Amino acid sequence: MIWAAVITCAGAVAAIVFAISTLLMGSSEPGKRSRAWTIARTDLSQLRKSKDFWIPMGILAAMFFVILPTVLLFSLTHIHNIEIARKLGQVVGTIPKELRRTVAHASPATQASYSAAVYLFAPIAIIIPLTVSAAVGANTIIGERERGSGEFLAHSPATEREIYTGKLIASLIPGYFTALVGFTTYSLLVNLLVGPGVGHWFFPTPNWWILMLWVVPPFIALAVALILVISARVSSAAAAQQASSLITLPLIILAYGISSGSLFKTRLLAAVIGGAAWIIAILVLTRATRSVTRERMLGLGSGG
Amino acid sequence: MQPVESPSVSENLVLPAVEPDAGKPAGAAPPAVELRGIRRSFGKTVALADLSVTVPAGTVTVLLGPNGAGKTTAVRVITGALRPERGTVRVLGLDPLADGTEIRRRCGVVPARPALYERLTGWDNLHYAADLFDVPEAETTDRIEEASTRFGIRDALMKKVGGYSTGMRARLALARAVLHDPDLLLLDEPTAGLDPESARAVLNLIDEMAANGRTVVMCTHLLLEAEGLADQVVVMDRGAALVHGTPEELTDRFWPTTTVVLDAENRDSLDQVRQFDYVQAYSRNGTAIVELDASARVPELVDALVARGVRLTRVEPRRPSLEELYFEVRGRQERERSTSGDAS
Repeated sequence: MIWAAVITCAGAVAAIVFAISTLLMGSSEPGKRSRAWTIARTDLSQLRKSKDFWIPMGILAAMFFVILPTVLLFSLTHIHNIEIARKLGQVVGTIPKELRRTVAHASPATQASYSAAVYLFAPIAIIIPLTVSAAVGANTIIGERERGSGEFLAHSPATEREIYTGKLIASLIPGYFTALVGFTTYSLLVNLLVGPGVGHWFFPTPNWWILMLWVVPPFIALAVALILVISARVSSAAAAQQASSLITLPLIILAYGISSGSLFKTRLLAAVIGGAAWIIAILVLTRATRSVTRERMLGLGSGG
Repeated sequence: MQPVESPSVSENLVLPAVEPDAGKPAGAAPPAVELRGIRRSFGKTVALADLSVTVPAGTVTVLLGPNGAGKTTAVRVITGALRPERGTVRVLGLDPLADGTEIRRRCGVVPARPALYERLTGWDNLHYAADLFDVPEAETTDRIEEASTRFGIRDALMKKVGGYSTGMRARLALARAVLHDPDLLLLDEPTAGLDPESARAVLNLIDEMAANGRTVVMCTHLLLEAEGLADQVVVMDRGAALVHGTPEELTDRFWPTTTVVLDAENRDSLDQVRQFDYVQAYSRNGTAIVELDASARVPELVDALVARGVRLTRVEPRRPSLEELYFEVRGRQERERSTSGDAS
């Protein structure tokens, strides 16, 4: 059952990613290096060399994917006060029966730590990658303009669609990478800290697979597409950061609600929400290609 | 070859135009750039107002004009980075609106700001350009080494561009612009703020490109650097070409008389030139400056003076500099404007 869900989700993601990349990168001439990928690779290379960007982001991710969960889960699994453990165990009563059975035999401390591992940190899986991608995306086009390098791209053979796609890929990859590394690390951590109490390695649960493979990717893509539209239109990086906050904040709240609530009611609902997010993301991604114009790369606002 | 229309001049200005293709044989190569009636504005600011310029293939054309004359906008229209609101553009025989990618692939642009990626090394910057401009992968390394050696930055290639001096950045931008061996090189104020060595590298590049049959368009407001380079000069102001032609054509047009500097063992003997009817003006303050009605009169003048026993020590026909030409054009424009202003 679990593996069927994983394979289905992974297959769907792969198919959609392939469809998007074909759609957006289709203008590259056959047999030649993709200019979109060249632009993305160069942006990522610059990002890799920007310690002032990735060190704070790394600390943020480590804080939420590693440090806080470690402290909390370690504390929960080592509670000796039966009263506190019982109160925390009541939380487990709110989760679906199917999952409750997994820890029915375990101690109240284990039940509490299981609940925290599976539900408390679920929103982090969306918020942190979204924050990383939003920070990269907000600066990517306006940054070219502010540095003057937009003029180089505007005079290059790269089409506007290739420039947009390159910037999109360069903004998505850090978010997806953060999600992948964070998710993997968090999974190991949970299994090492809570697994012994449960009796076996249990994480990721099926719902987490759905969250990570079906719900998180479109949310990040949607946010980045909207932020790229802003980054192409505003006149400064500071304005782009401000405006991107306006976009990411509602998405974060929405993601929080989905990941911590409705997603876990039924898997069908989660699948529907993820599907809707994919459709909206693809529509916005496609329409956002128009936001990148040579005139805007040159810093000429109208861009039309 | 299609006859080239006379360039538009601003409505109130009536300056004679020179056909850049005049006198060239039929069947010559089509022009590298043809701009006809180009208009482009930004809000209420008109950057280009009916600009018409033809750049013959394999020549060096210098766009002269003050800041805000529309030179940068013209370069952007040529590569298709900006769409004109009106007018037609042909570059290397192609339309930038339909074949922009192909045109830009065959153009090298050195913008007024070097537009480099400061966090990357010089090598990374050049490699990025090579990939974007379709340099074959097998040739990329050789091309980068060749271009960096040519502009004297090879030793700094592995350093981050953020640590480069202004001159090194300019040289890197030049190397990047020629990496893909462009047919058309567009340089926008390429020597502004450069040290003499880097400025010389720019001028040498233009010479080399021209010698290899490439077309070069250079925007500048520094008249001295254009001196001796230009096959064609276009004087621009307020988004229009006031006048264009070869330096010789423009000189003949604006200074129909020929000036000769004379000196002799006995300077008083030079005063005899006043007697010749083809001498338009004469002055002597140490050396003598003689204005003749045509350049062909110079040998005649020398013969006549020698026949009269004048022992000449210096005969130097003097062509006006580009700077003089520029200010003459601008001066006439201002006079035309003030005249039309008075009339209205």
